[in-house]
Amino acid sequence: MPKQIFTSREFLLTGAIVLLLAIIATRFPAFIAPSNLANVFNDTAPLILLAIGQMIVILTRCIDLSVAANLALTGMVVSMINVAVPGLPVPIIIFVSVAFGALLGMVNGILVWKLEIPPIVVTLGTMTIFRGTIFLLSEGKWINAHEFSEPFKAFPRTELLGLPLMSWIAIAAVILFSVVMSRTTLGRAFYAAGGNPHAATYAGIDVGRTQFWAFTISGALAGLTGYLWVSRFAVAFVDLAGGFELSVVAACVIGGVAIMGGIGSVVGAMLGALFLGIISNALPVVNISPFWQLAISGSAIIIAVALNAQANREKGRIILKRAENAT
Amino acid sequence: MSITRRLFGGSAIATAMLAGNAAYAQDDMRIALVVKALGIGFFEAAAEGAEEAAAELGNVEIIYTGPTDTTAEGQIEVINSLIAQGVDAIAISANDPDAVSPALQRAMQRGITVVSWDSGVNEEGRMMHLNPSSTPLIGNTIIKLAADHMPDGGQVAILSASATATNQNAWIEAAEEVLPNYPGIELVATVYGDDLSDKSYREAQGLMASYPDLKAIIAPTTVGILASCQAVSDADKIGEINVTGLGLPSEMAGCVVSGATESFAIWNPIDLGYSATMIAHALATGAATAEPGAEIPTGRMGSVTLDDTNTAAMSDPFTYDASNIDQFKDIF
Repeated sequence: MPKQIFTSREFLLTGAIVLLLAIIATRFPAFIAPSNLANVFNDTAPLILLAIGQMIVILTRCIDLSVAANLALTGMVVSMINVAVPGLPVPIIIFVSVAFGALLGMVNGILVWKLEIPPIVVTLGTMTIFRGTIFLLSEGKWINAHEFSEPFKAFPRTELLGLPLMSWIAIAAVILFSVVMSRTTLGRAFYAAGGNPHAATYAGIDVGRTQFWAFTISGALAGLTGYLWVSRFAVAFVDLAGGFELSVVAACVIGGVAIMGGIGSVVGAMLGALFLGIISNALPVVNISPFWQLAISGSAIIIAVALNAQANREKGRIILKRAENAT
Repeated sequence: MSITRRLFGGSAIATAMLAGNAAYAQDDMRIALVVKALGIGFFEAAAEGAEEAAAELGNVEIIYTGPTDTTAEGQIEVINSLIAQGVDAIAISANDPDAVSPALQRAMQRGITVVSWDSGVNEEGRMMHLNPSSTPLIGNTIIKLAADHMPDGGQVAILSASATATNQNAWIEAAEEVLPNYPGIELVATVYGDDLSDKSYREAQGLMASYPDLKAIIAPTTVGILASCQAVSDADKIGEINVTGLGLPSEMAGCVVSGATESFAIWNPIDLGYSATMIAHALATGAATAEPGAEIPTGRMGSVTLDDTNTAAMSDPFTYDASNIDQFKDIF
């Protein structure tokens, strides 16, 4: 039964995306050329990566508002490493970005797990701390295109089978986490911890520890995205990706992830990200007033949430009829 | 300090002692350069200009100071401490035009000369304000930067910060006014990147897709010009589309070297710090008075003329290209 709901919701979203593309095509036909769609996918890859991490965190009834700040801090750290040691191979840079991002995620995780501080407070705090740390590290200075080494900048742009590596990384992450979420103990624990924490505890799942791992994964993905982001735009500075955490949460919500935890899928998060990515890529070419652009993005989010709330309401079911009647 | 050091060189201890003595003996004029926050290249460069002016004037000590973050509260603390130290003049780039005003008024009551530069203070809180440039000068410059490299004319587009950014909107309006002076230059679109790298990049891509004959993207904002430059490079359109506008040399060096940017402009912060110091000195010594219509000499920069609100514009934005980028990229 739940499986059907998931598939139908993702089916609906896919339909919405196709409809969106059709509307855009009437105003700007070149938008749906395969090469342009590949560009849009590539441009949305960072959002997809972050949305996967965010989805896992939201599944456990938490929220990670520090992802964009984590991205910016890790981006700055690997940029500074690249400036200091230009010869360092890109695979090591990637490893460092994932490890450092995971470390920052663990800070969130520990605070939520061991100190039991509400996740929104923890990540609001670490968000500011991370941004502040970038300022301290960089002294407010920017790292610019000419300071990066060529391989550092070239990596996400390198094409493999017609798609840039950045797109392939997003695709790989979607596949990897689809498997993790459906086929591993940890993956199922995320659903259980968020779906019903008390039942999960009785089933022997340490909810706090599960949340810790969710934050760690989210952090690792944010770190990886940090490197991809700075190398793609060839710049690192304090306000990098400012406000991006809201797009990430929005992508999850549009993708059918229940903000109250327990419901969501990797493919849904990816589709939610793509939906937003298509809107933000289409708005510049369909010639709409910038004031309307914000309103349109916002409306899309509200409509998606409204639809989700509708879908979730149907899910309510009575497990024990006698107990309900008794009270 | 710098003068004594130049005269005596010698050991650090000797210099310090002599500097102390010299300060008492000659009673140096102390001009405080208060910036939005310490550690910003732009202001470091302005301080360099201030030191240059001090060296030229002689008997002037520059106190370069400011809060560690760009807050009005931080600046008020700094101003209060400067009042306590009894400096002769304060030249400030304010984080908030109104919040720092009462503190500056207190300073003026105690006989301290107060001028604002770069980012102004309201009229009650300063004697005069020095703008790095003026809206018409900037508007004209950004169009000229594009037109200079388009002998046959063609399409240009503007990529701004947010649609509500006051500065950028005023510059764009001024640019549109001077467009008729540049025959053949057609402004086809104005888009907004919100000073976000990713959005600006997408807007630049959108411009290239919507206007295949586009010759130049003018971005009067540092994030936008860099993102446009990267988008043009990634689209292999270097040489076809010239990215220009306002940017910082340290950030733009890569774009100029790659050829995506022929030239760009920004006020020269060294000149700005220099002029602000010259003006503060002139007012503090009584060589000039701050009143509408007054002309205040600014050394090698010529002079500035005050308007009805005691505001003056320093000069045209300074143009940077391949010939001088190396000199400036390490400065700011």
